[in-house]
Amino acid sequence: MSDTQAHMAAFVRTETLPQLAPPATERGIVKWMRENLFSTIPNAILTLVSFVIIYLVLSKTLPWIMNGVWTTSSLSECREVLEGATGACFSVLTERWNQLMFGFVYPADQYWRPTLAFVLLFVAAAPVMFFDLPRKLLIFTALFPFIAYYLIWGGTIFVPILALVGVIGGVLVYRKLVTGSFAMGFFGGLIAALVIWTVGGMLIPEGANDTAALQAVPSRDLGGFMLNMMLGVVCVSLSIPLGIALALGRQSSMPLIKWICVIFIEFIRGVPLITLLFVASVMLAYLFPPGTTTDLFLRVVIMITMFSSAYIAEVIRGGLAALPKGQYEAGDSLGLDYAQAMRLIILPQALKISIPGIVNIAVGLFKDTTLVSVISMFDVVGMIRGPLSAATEWNGIYWELYGFAALLFFVVCYGISQYSQWLERRLATDHR
Amino acid sequence: MSAISDPPRGSFSPAMLINDTRYRSYTFQALAAIVLALCLGFFYLNVSTNLAAAGLNISYDFLGSPAGYDINQRLIEYDSQSTNARAAIVGILNTLLVAFLACVTATVFGVLAGVLRLSNNWLVSKLMAFYVEIFRNIPVLIWILIIFTIMIAVLPGPRAFRGDEPEARMFLDLVAFTNRGVYTPGPYFTRGLGAEGNGAINWLIVIGVLVASFFATRMVTSRANATQEATGIRPNTLWTNLAIWFLPVIVLLFVLGLKWDIPELKGFNFAGGIKVGGPLIALWFALSIYTGAFIAENVRAGIQAVSKGQTEAAGALGLRPGRIMSLVVLPQALRVIIPPLISQYLNITKNSSLAIAVGYADITATLGGITLNQTGRAIECVLLLMLFYLTISLLISTFMNIYNNAVKLKER
Repeated sequence: MSDTQAHMAAFVRTETLPQLAPPATERGIVKWMRENLFSTIPNAILTLVSFVIIYLVLSKTLPWIMNGVWTTSSLSECREVLEGATGACFSVLTERWNQLMFGFVYPADQYWRPTLAFVLLFVAAAPVMFFDLPRKLLIFTALFPFIAYYLIWGGTIFVPILALVGVIGGVLVYRKLVTGSFAMGFFGGLIAALVIWTVGGMLIPEGANDTAALQAVPSRDLGGFMLNMMLGVVCVSLSIPLGIALALGRQSSMPLIKWICVIFIEFIRGVPLITLLFVASVMLAYLFPPGTTTDLFLRVVIMITMFSSAYIAEVIRGGLAALPKGQYEAGDSLGLDYAQAMRLIILPQALKISIPGIVNIAVGLFKDTTLVSVISMFDVVGMIRGPLSAATEWNGIYWELYGFAALLFFVVCYGISQYSQWLERRLATDHR
Repeated sequence: MSAISDPPRGSFSPAMLINDTRYRSYTFQALAAIVLALCLGFFYLNVSTNLAAAGLNISYDFLGSPAGYDINQRLIEYDSQSTNARAAIVGILNTLLVAFLACVTATVFGVLAGVLRLSNNWLVSKLMAFYVEIFRNIPVLIWILIIFTIMIAVLPGPRAFRGDEPEARMFLDLVAFTNRGVYTPGPYFTRGLGAEGNGAINWLIVIGVLVASFFATRMVTSRANATQEATGIRPNTLWTNLAIWFLPVIVLLFVLGLKWDIPELKGFNFAGGIKVGGPLIALWFALSIYTGAFIAENVRAGIQAVSKGQTEAAGALGLRPGRIMSLVVLPQALRVIIPPLISQYLNITKNSSLAIAVGYADITATLGGITLNQTGRAIECVLLLMLFYLTISLLISTFMNIYNNAVKLKER
């Protein structure tokens, strides 16, 4: 037998063959398409349907955008330029850019002020958003509200300076008293700030606004996308501390405090924002002492802040509830009192858990700032619905304007949500 | 021994109100109560002086006086001589109508998009992610306005349907899409208990029969389950159930003489049939696709929350993919999906108040809009408006709590 085998093994390959490339259907784009687009018949049908939808949408919008006219001064001129071809009339955006951004009554020669404030907003927000930046920058963040107020509203510089002095005085008193107890420090600081503001308010001379370096702009002249940005930034920053306080109050063991917070939160969450804006526009004036005039902007800020603080409180309550009980007990066993345990142990962890939720609320709130157009404030949507639709030159134009507003909001909101996902990864301390 | 661990008794000093944790909470609560009472008193004083200065008072008499304005879209009889209260009821029904419609369609959109986003198909899942991101990141008010303006601009006016060679035609000669709204055939009864044309009682009978059919099918199914438990063989219930659902209703509708009223162009507008106004359609559609994007995310999260081990275990037991989905994955996913889904329904109801931007006569537009402006009763109108929304949301959250308790994982 061995003879025959030796005979049959006349040829034995001594070297390995070079590897062949995989078959065409198993590599490259063909394999990818087979696996991801045409794996089964229903999948293939879905893919084809999607292609048809994408084609339909793009075949309409692409020529419209590409043919866009940017330089005319009215819709009829746009139509002349286009000569019947499909094309957008983006000139309304270039022509009315300032109105879309700043509203139609903000003094035109002062547009640099909100623009500067907008740029500084990024400088102020950067150290809060990105922890790697030098901590010294936070000083500018603390100063930013006063600078922004001065830039946007103008008037006498004494008002923001007085506000700043009051805050500094309050903080100093708080530092002094907080060694005793947190409540003492907090209320002491508050009272000190109030005293400084009242006394200082009497010192500001009458008519200081008329001789001010920056022309005073009343709140009702604010408008456009600037108004959305301002409402969004102001209300979110105010509602986070308020939301924390409400969430802690809702967890409190004191029944009265707890029930005040529960009723407030559930009431606010049960009604639409529009009814609260109605309250701001028609009802809130009755609640203030007779003779005082509070401008609509302030009233709207109050209501929106209340609205979002209730939602933020619920998010933070979720974060507090998610902490293991051991954290609270550890704080107690270290001998920390309530304020210390909350500040040093509980809140840092609870807030970290709540970040995605808070960002969601912030995005929702920023979108909801468009609702002020319903109570006849001229934010970017109000500008489009009111003065721009009524303008004879631009009568009948809507795709471009609404598309632009949608794009503005999309950019901001999508940006914020991407940032929050980055932040979540950055703050993740568990090893998954 | 107890003398050491017991706190010192007797000597109560005022300083203990702040320094002793046993009494401190009472101090704080008393302070809070005083501050609260002061605030409420301050507001009450301000409101009463302000109202007196303006020559107003708080009174709900205006609800009984004629409203004096017309409402296009309404579910119950109403004319401009009806009272403000009736206008508010028309508004409430309109709010509930658009909220209900939008909840149904938003669920359909959301579930479709959420499931498709998890599809193996790369293109489809990317397309759905695009849909979700686009709609979640742009305010719903802008969507409502875009859809409303485009509907007015794109659809033909009723005039276009006129003449021998009209520019626009009715769809299947039954449904007319115009820029004033959509006109569809409306059912009415020629015989029956109610007066001719007014079929309220007849509709109640139809609904009653449907409810009876529902319980009958439940009985058939539970009997089939019992048979299966006893013998191991499940009787086929499909045809019985279908018959129970459809036969009685069809017979009843035939007996009552159901006819369809087809819209016709009369004068400047369509008459007959059911008119679904443009604002309603814009609001309905915008709320549906906007909330659908949020629901899609909830559905995706819910399905992904079911651990892979569940699917694999079901596969190891020999279940087919369809049954794995319906018997193992979905029941567990629903537990995660339903609570956020219900809060989305709540959001739809609250967002339907944006109707005021397109002129749909919901409660915000009637009571909080025209009635408020005509009567000047700002405080009363806003309070009633808030009361309505609070009631709705409390009802929905009660329902949610009951549901949550029912489906909660029962451990030990």
